[in-house]
Amino acid sequence: MSSTARDRIFARLHAARTTVSPYVPQGGTWQAPMLDKDQRIELLKKRMETVRSEVHVLPEAEWSAKLVELLKVREAKTLTYGHDAWFGGALRSKIKGKGMPRLVPYGENAEAFRDELFGIDVGITSTLGGIAENGTLIVWPTPQEPRLLSLVPTVHVALLKADTIHSTLAEAMREMRWAENMPTNALLISGPSKTADIEMTLAFGVHGPKELIVLVLE
Amino acid sequence: MGSQHLDFTANVTEALADRQLRANFKSALTGLMKKRVAVLPDAAERERMRDDAEAAKRKALAKLPELLERLERRCTENGIIVHWAETTAEANEIILGIMRSHDATKLVKGKSMVSEEMHLNHFLESHGIEALETDLGEFIIQLNHEPPSHIIVPAVHKNRQQVGRIFADNLEGIPYTDVVEELNAIARKTLREKFRTGHVGLSGVNFAVAETGTLVLVENEGNGRMCTTVPPVHVAVMGLEKVVESLSDLPPLLRLLTASATGQLVTTYVNCITSPRKDGERDGPKEIHLVILDNGRSKMLADAQLRRTLQCIRCGTCLNHCPVYIRIGGHAYGSVYPGPIGKILTPQIDGLADKGVLATASSLCNACEEVCPVRIPIPGIIRRMRTEAYDEKGDGVVKGHGAKKNLLETLVWKGWELTYRIPALNRFVVSMLGRFGDKLPNVGPLKAWTSVRTAPRFASKSLHQLAKEEGIRHE
Amino acid sequence: MAHTFTYPRDVKTVYYFGTCLVDMSFPQAGMAGIHLLRRAGVEVVFPQEQSCCGQPAYNSGFLEEARAVARAQIKAFSRADWPIVVPSGSCAGMMRHHYPEMFANDPEYFDVRKFSERVFELGDFLHNALHVRYEDKGKPVKVTWHSSCHAMREMGATAAAKALIGQLSNVELVEIEREYECCGFGGTFSIKQPEISAAMVADKIEDIRATGASAILSGDCGCLMNIGGAMEHKGVPVAPRHLAEFIWERING
Ligand code: SF4
Repeated sequence: MSSTARDRIFARLHAARTTVSPYVPQGGTWQAPMLDKDQRIELLKKRMETVRSEVHVLPEAEWSAKLVELLKVREAKTLTYGHDAWFGGALRSKIKGKGMPRLVPYGENAEAFRDELFGIDVGITSTLGGIAENGTLIVWPTPQEPRLLSLVPTVHVALLKADTIHSTLAEAMREMRWAENMPTNALLISGPSKTADIEMTLAFGVHGPKELIVLVLE
Repeated sequence: MGSQHLDFTANVTEALADRQLRANFKSALTGLMKKRVAVLPDAAERERMRDDAEAAKRKALAKLPELLERLERRCTENGIIVHWAETTAEANEIILGIMRSHDATKLVKGKSMVSEEMHLNHFLESHGIEALETDLGEFIIQLNHEPPSHIIVPAVHKNRQQVGRIFADNLEGIPYTDVVEELNAIARKTLREKFRTGHVGLSGVNFAVAETGTLVLVENEGNGRMCTTVPPVHVAVMGLEKVVESLSDLPPLLRLLTASATGQLVTTYVNCITSPRKDGERDGPKEIHLVILDNGRSKMLADAQLRRTLQCIRCGTCLNHCPVYIRIGGHAYGSVYPGPIGKILTPQIDGLADKGVLATASSLCNACEEVCPVRIPIPGIIRRMRTEAYDEKGDGVVKGHGAKKNLLETLVWKGWELTYRIPALNRFVVSMLGRFGDKLPNVGPLKAWTSVRTAPRFASKSLHQLAKEEGIRHE
Repeated sequence: MAHTFTYPRDVKTVYYFGTCLVDMSFPQAGMAGIHLLRRAGVEVVFPQEQSCCGQPAYNSGFLEEARAVARAQIKAFSRADWPIVVPSGSCAGMMRHHYPEMFANDPEYFDVRKFSERVFELGDFLHNALHVRYEDKGKPVKVTWHSSCHAMREMGATAAAKALIGQLSNVELVEIEREYECCGFGGTFSIKQPEISAAMVADKIEDIRATGASAILSGDCGCLMNIGGAMEHKGVPVAPRHLAEFIWERING
């Protein structure tokens, strides 16, 4: 049935050609501004903070100390991450002992891990970059760092290397060659999950993370 | 199913009498209008974005068959299964088939206007399948058995007290509260459980990129990501006009969509889905289906003016700016798509006989056209609906063209034409009005006018006469 | 849709299109417009064969009737290529933007377009083409302003109207809330959807009342008839005035 539906739809679409000569106006006139590195960091931070993300810019060597501090205040009990992520080893050596959450590496696959995952406090991921123009993180999940890490835990911590922040989305798409490399899932993330569906009152953490913490590593 | 009889006048009377409803709409929509301007402060830059967004959509429509073929090819290569549906009934059957093939009885849904157009929930429920809306606004009104009243903020007509009552009445063990934070927490708890246990996730599509076979979804809540990541099967539904040519078309479209819809620079998530779970990946659906719906769209493509309806990116800003929508709200339209876009889309889908009346509900103030991010000439298409409804020349193309044709109106307008085409007749009629104008019988159109206004007055001397008397040169 | 127009220079003569509503119900406003143009040193020609721009039929779905009436206007203003000045943003918008649309597929399209490019709204023309200067001779007064939707969105004439009012030193202009919103007239809309139209004009009146102004000015008699009629019906003591008539009175003391 659906193949004949397809034929009939395409017959109509092709026939429309004969009745309408399409006029296409000129596009390609808008571009968000290109920025230097400091401006990119500054704008990304500003944009993300306006949508209630917590952004800390710090030297790369200090990220784990900062993380310890953040986890302490939140009294996090569990933290999940990708075992083979670039920061995995450092995480295992620094996040331990009294007051620190139990580390739960993302299990074999979601079917087995899902129920445990829904109860975890913090998920930490790397990012592929950021975009200053709209204040977003570029997150392309991988076998090492699956998709649900940045979605299901109550707090999402993201590590962003400062020199991977792009000025604009268009630039990021070009430089990272999105068109040739689209992954299973490519995400832009600007902040914690939110809604304004009740009386236009903004509230955070409706389904996904209640907090997004970004550590920008210089 | 989409074309139940619509008693628009009764709906309007009821809506206008509901002060609470009008207050809820007015405050919410005024807020959205202000937020839109705040996020697009530079008018010149905004117009450049609109140039690009309009061009991207018109280019896609100009190449629609090729782009859809390319989309289908790319998706298939990526492992997404593509289905075509001519009608909403076919689309429903396809989805039911997918559910059955997995013995699935629980569907968790992200926001999708096309699924509303299909009345999918009702259809699946009649086949014993739970179809649960997970967007907070949609969840609220589904609990209350109502359709959305707005395409972006579906529960905008409800205030917090009303939401509190809906939750308390419909969710087990939930006491009444009108604290927004608490209401959100209730929804979070209830729905996260549903995501965890859902069999199939359904979503709409904001843009389908032909170049890469990518489905782009924007959202703030995370329920869309949940529906497209947690269950083992994901079904995406889209109208066939959602395809764009390439990724490079996206930046201006995304920026304007979110700015127009909610006054945001970007949503919390831009979720680009290109394939099901690959070997070695640990989560995401193992199967993705894309259902592409026509339902009258391919017919719109065949007309240079009507095809511009298909540029719509469903941002909802024309609703927010519409003086009619602001006052009567979404339900009065008795259709899935209310407001200005609904006035041009609904009659084309459901026909002028049932829904042509929607096109009369416009003062043609042009506010919608002024803000539409892709510059759809909505007032012009509203006029076209009116013209097609009478179809004087007999060359109409919209379903139900000529449905409103009647002798009385035809005669009235013929008389009007003669009066204003023939100068001598015009002089005569105007002078008669000047002499007897205050004695016109207060019936019909005049009665409608004078219910809230004094009757128009006619001057004893027309401008033609005054100009002549003053010796103004007449050629 | 609002465009930046090219205004003619060194204007000596203009055509005046009075509009059907001004002709029947507001001829004094129409004459005031003529007087303002003549005061600016321009000769005004008023073809007696003119009648209506055709908008009522056009907006109601009766395209053929609208085209017939439009053709009659184009003919009435065809003997010279003077600018055509219209004391209504709505009718001007019809002639400027919609005439070419109505004849898009006809052989006369290019002639129609030339006609359309000669059409200007009165206040816009006085300000941007004739650069008039006014001296206020009236007593201090507080007024508010309503743009017709088409004066604002099709003819971009709002700024010019406010600039003209701004020249009147004893006139205080208080803007209304939601100035951008339609008053609910919309021609046959007010008759086809009387309840919605009534709700719109009722809100507009509340906003006008809130300014404390003693007069509501507009460049469009359709809106004035709607708002004025509704204010009179409700007993709201604010005077509806056409901009041209108001200015003419102020500068003549
Ligand atoms: S018609 Fe334009 S403004 Fe209205 S929903 Fe569609 S894109 Fe948005």
